[in-house]
Amino acid sequence: MPRGSFFSILGPSGCGKTTLLRMIAGFVAPDAGELEIGGRAMLDVAPNRRPAIMVFQHLALFPMMDVGANVAYGLQQRGVAKAEAARRAEAMLERVGLPGVARKRIEQLSGGQKQRVAIARALVLEPTLLLLDEPLGALDLKLREHMKVELKQLQAAFGTTFVYITHDQSEALVLSDRVAVMNHGRFEQVDTPQALYYTPRTPFVAGFVGANNRFGGRVRSVSGARVAVAGEGGLVLHAQGAASVSVGDAVEVYVRPEAIALARQIDELPANQPSYDGQVVSVLFDGAASAVLLRERQSGAEIRVALQQTGRFADLRVDETVHFGFDPACAACFAASAGPTDLGHGG
Amino acid sequence: MAAERPAGAAPSRLMFGLLLAPALLWLIGLIVLPHVELAVLSLRQRVAPGEYAFGLRQYLTFVDEPLYWNTFVRTAVISILATACTLLLAFPIAWTIAKIARGRTRSVMFMLCLIPFWVSETVRTLGWMILLRESGVLPAALVSLGLASAPPELLYRDATVLVGLVYGCLLFMVVPLVGALDTLDDAWVEAAYNLGGNGVSILRRIVIPHAAPGIAAGCIVVFMLTLGNYLTPTLLGGKNSLWFTEQIYTQFITRFNWEQGAAFGFLLLALSTLIVWGGLRLAGQRFGDVMRRT
Repeated sequence: MPRGSFFSILGPSGCGKTTLLRMIAGFVAPDAGELEIGGRAMLDVAPNRRPAIMVFQHLALFPMMDVGANVAYGLQQRGVAKAEAARRAEAMLERVGLPGVARKRIEQLSGGQKQRVAIARALVLEPTLLLLDEPLGALDLKLREHMKVELKQLQAAFGTTFVYITHDQSEALVLSDRVAVMNHGRFEQVDTPQALYYTPRTPFVAGFVGANNRFGGRVRSVSGARVAVAGEGGLVLHAQGAASVSVGDAVEVYVRPEAIALARQIDELPANQPSYDGQVVSVLFDGAASAVLLRERQSGAEIRVALQQTGRFADLRVDETVHFGFDPACAACFAASAGPTDLGHGG
Repeated sequence: MAAERPAGAAPSRLMFGLLLAPALLWLIGLIVLPHVELAVLSLRQRVAPGEYAFGLRQYLTFVDEPLYWNTFVRTAVISILATACTLLLAFPIAWTIAKIARGRTRSVMFMLCLIPFWVSETVRTLGWMILLRESGVLPAALVSLGLASAPPELLYRDATVLVGLVYGCLLFMVVPLVGALDTLDDAWVEAAYNLGGNGVSILRRIVIPHAAPGIAAGCIVVFMLTLGNYLTPTLLGGKNSLWFTEQIYTQFITRFNWEQGAAFGFLLLALSTLIVWGGLRLAGQRFGDVMRRT
């Protein structure tokens, strides 16, 4: 991962994210493989000598010390004199937006302030790597949104490489320069958030990053990168195919709800794209994240379509019949995985 | 609501009083009253047969007689030493129980600490005597290993008294320490290590400050038990063990000098109060906080 970037590791709980982070920090020894930080092999380096500082899930601030002593602790362990350590701790607290709290006790701080103290405690040591283990998990939604922005700004201001672990895809996408999507202890794809979203390389990534409609089916024809897939009930979908699929293969097609265009009149849809008819099953109104659940008329397949908030569909009613279609370039087709994972919507 | 309050409060206050009554009766009847009586006793001196007057003669005897003085200081020093040894020994045990052992192992380890207390203190101390006396198990083992030419007498030494006292008090240190270490978050230790701390600094800056009330509570209990112990110093230390409780016993029972015994009793009370207060001041702990942890 490049120096000075914000790198996230995204995966469902229990996929090995935290173990990986603890390996980088040195609390767990890997069974095999190498670990290098800044070109130096790290496996023989004790955790208290590694240039990777961790911000713990529950922050692990020391309640027996005041805020200033918490931040100064690491400096003192590195042999910085007490007065100098206290001065640098206060300067760091000021940089993270907490001037004058050094004498306060930890329990006097709010959740967001604690968060910043934990980050200050790590950054004051000028680490090569800052490891963050779902540090926003314990905060309420409003504060989490706020801290997301703040973390990104802090990272830009300090230029330290952040390694951020989360199961929340929105956190990973918003914050990161690069994201590694992890499943069952393996990286499925390491890419920019945009690439993960638009061109997922594995069905897991397609299903995990963003909401997705998943359809199973068999390949009917292949022409260049374009494949036609026949699904259950005679539904025919056109999608961008992976190189390895050929006619007759069992495949999965992923179509994002926000990639599907919706229209009341068939001629409102682009004429060069296949279109379908569907009946509204339910309207899921959630402000900007609103969606509608449709049943394709011919096959009965359920499809989730994002609603653009232009007000055009504000009066959409259940049982209403609408037309919808999507650009095949926006639909991804993968060879079917052995055990279907039900992470996407629809299907 | 406001109108109901007084009606509801009266029975609950009565209930509280009733629940408190046995403890109060016990405290007043068995602790306060005898001590008042002892205080009066210690402050009167005999002027003629059957005639008494107020005076400080008993306390002056204590000051004038080096034997009493020496015994007094000796008892205090050995008690402090025993408390320190108990703490050093109990800390790794408590750490293992609280932080390393899980589930069954944990309860088994607690049991192992508790089992010696199923046997009476007298029998346990006699057990030590069987092990340590000249014809006992340990001296014989030392001879057969070639470490000693003749079986040494291990009883009637200060070190032996110390061992006996530490053994007898271990559990009272382990329990509050386990309680204190249980609430120590492992993440604090990991975070400190990650920030560059080493074992010593983590112990000094994280573990001990967190466990301080538990340590203080354990030390107070062990110190009080040791200072007031009669059986262990007498049996393991012999006639020359010079333990202050023995002096009190001698004054009351052998010499039938209740006035002197009462004065000694008060001096011991003052000593323990002073040392506990001093220890708490030294550790920066407040008595109320410590008692909440026990």
